Amino acid sequence: MYRYDRHDQRVVDERVAQFRDQTRRFLAGQLSEEEFRPLRLRNGLYIQRHAPMLRVAIPYGLLSARQLRMLARIARTYDRGYGHFTTRQNIQYNWPALERVPDILADLATVQMHAIQTSGNCIRNVTSDQLAGISPDELADPRPYCEIIRQWSTFHPEFSYLPRKFKIAVTGAQRDRTAAQIHDIGLQIVANAAGERGFRVYVGGGLGRAPMIGEVIREFLPEADLLTYLEAILRIYNRNGRRDNIHKARIKILLKAWGREAFAEAVEAEWARRDSDALRLPNDEIARIAAHFAPPAYAPEAAADRLDPAVETDPDFARWYARNTLPHKVPGYRAVHISLKSPGRPPGDATADEMDLVADLAERYSFGELRVTHHQNLLLADVRLADLPVLWQALRARDLAYPNVGTLTDMIACPGLDFCSLANAGSIDVARQIQSRFEDLDYLYDLGELRLNMSGCMNACGHHHVGHIGILGVDKKGEEWYQIQIGGSSANDASLGKVLGPSVPKEQVAEVIGRLLGVYLELREEGERFLDTCRRVGIEPFRDRVYAELEAAA
Amino acid sequence: MSGAVLHVEGRVLEADPWVQVADDAALPDGPALVSRVRWQAMREALIARGAPVGVVLTPGDAVEEIAADLPHLACVALYFPGPGEGRPYSAARLLRGRYGYRGEIRAVGEVLIDQVHFLKRSGFDVLALRADQDVPAALAALETFSVHYQPGADEPLPLFRRRAAS
Repeated sequence: MYRYDRHDQRVVDERVAQFRDQTRRFLAGQLSEEEFRPLRLRNGLYIQRHAPMLRVAIPYGLLSARQLRMLARIARTYDRGYGHFTTRQNIQYNWPALERVPDILADLATVQMHAIQTSGNCIRNVTSDQLAGISPDELADPRPYCEIIRQWSTFHPEFSYLPRKFKIAVTGAQRDRTAAQIHDIGLQIVANAAGERGFRVYVGGGLGRAPMIGEVIREFLPEADLLTYLEAILRIYNRNGRRDNIHKARIKILLKAWGREAFAEAVEAEWARRDSDALRLPNDEIARIAAHFAPPAYAPEAAADRLDPAVETDPDFARWYARNTLPHKVPGYRAVHISLKSPGRPPGDATADEMDLVADLAERYSFGELRVTHHQNLLLADVRLADLPVLWQALRARDLAYPNVGTLTDMIACPGLDFCSLANAGSIDVARQIQSRFEDLDYLYDLGELRLNMSGCMNACGHHHVGHIGILGVDKKGEEWYQIQIGGSSANDASLGKVLGPSVPKEQVAEVIGRLLGVYLELREEGERFLDTCRRVGIEPFRDRVYAELEAAA
Repeated sequence: MSGAVLHVEGRVLEADPWVQVADDAALPDGPALVSRVRWQAMREALIARGAPVGVVLTPGDAVEEIAADLPHLACVALYFPGPGEGRPYSAARLLRGRYGYRGEIRAVGEVLIDQVHFLKRSGFDVLALRADQDVPAALAALETFSVHYQPGADEPLPLFRRRAAS
């Protein structure tokens, strides 16, 4: 992974000093609440329902064991012993005291971490594919480009006061696992006819109140021009994005207002008029950064690894192996998901003790590194086949081997009403309802790949628009109701879900999902996922069943 | 109400020669900062006046509109209606980089301590702070970061082109 040199270290150290001073001025009354707000936000600090919430950056989801131990220590020392991993591969703490946040940042800086630009109207933490560097379907490792973007975007003088937040994702695989098309900019590594490496550039995706799928503004951008082109897009946005209405300020609104072609032309014209090529990436800089992501020292003898037949035939192990481990491009290795979606667990949460355990396991079995996934799980990327049984035992003993990855109950969810001051809905409560109703793993496996995404409000942190099934919490006269959508996707075939019909009361959410699944099981054709059936038959059969039965029950 | 005027080199300008003139006010004898509207309406007269003239651009005024006039302008003041306004940073960058403007670029309006570092890097050279801002703190904030990844007015090359040498 990327290791800071003294320059990088100095940036985060100076950031700690800056934020310490800003916090001091706020507490001393020299900065008003209104003036402090954008300063704390661009450091990931929100004022929430119970206490401040601090979002710490995990650049493109990559962590060392040492860093994870620090996250555990912070959870214990400054919070209530746990953290929440987010869809953008960050971690959030729900209970830090404002005056101690500078100390948290100082602790983070000792392990080359920070909370820079994890919120606010600036370029946010860059996200990527949790299978970067190991996936058989990968054209090139996206992480070096992510790191290059991270450095370029850190305290960018021109683009630190954008109209609104700005999210970038980079994928290097054929199968997009980064939700690139729902980012402000999604970059997909591609090769041109000459075999040169570059990027397909998507712009204008985003969820929230006006969800949109990004559009391609350039089919092939040479890799050397990554930053010069990003500067052109950002300048067009910074100068022209709406600043009069927070709900119309994202780049997606500008792109829609101008149309894709006019927007693309404006970017190309801006790019052509750049005053310097200093930001063109020399090959040796790309190589220098890429060297930080060189493959670990895989054991050549691993190719001969076989699972112990005694373990392999254990049905519990077999289920875990089938669901929670993935193929690796190196023979004899697997990637191992650690599910943070077991029954009773708030989706994406991990305790400090669990983080310590995972750090130990990463050191023992996966070259001392791990990843945070877009689906709010953890991943040990480089585990030898022969180590799987003992790893499984260690995880299972601590409720970290629940074999539901990729199934209905591996849901994406925001923290909801329990923590967030924006939420209308108790996402965690509903998650628990769904987890307990759908505990039968064989039923879940029979349903196949299913993405259930849940947001507590229309800001859509839980990505409900792009779930195969999406759940949105709405407030009806002080009561929690839930709107159900179906048919969304954030993968290569990205689409927005369609609203099923009137929202349903909280206690019926799991029941409604059960009916949707019943329709699917009746109508599906060979090999069809829930999403495929939805797309083929449309929303009506689902709607009819759900509401007919609800009326019958009423 | 205006406060201290800083130069990004790290000093307070004790005597500020520039006077910002309302559209309906009479012009002073010395250096005058006028609105873009007044500049465009009275361009020839302002040039003929024989004293330095500058233009105040609001965030919605595109620098392209005055690009051809830059040789006549000793100062371009970019107005911040609030501290979260971001367009003036791009305006300054374009004035310096695209149009090669070497006159004064001044930040006016809601200019607070925590913006000054970005302003300096974007090509501003004079910062007219909001009246309540602490001057020593603002001067210190010019040096908040000693390492910069991006090129800027203070450093033509990105860090990746300087790492090996430094």
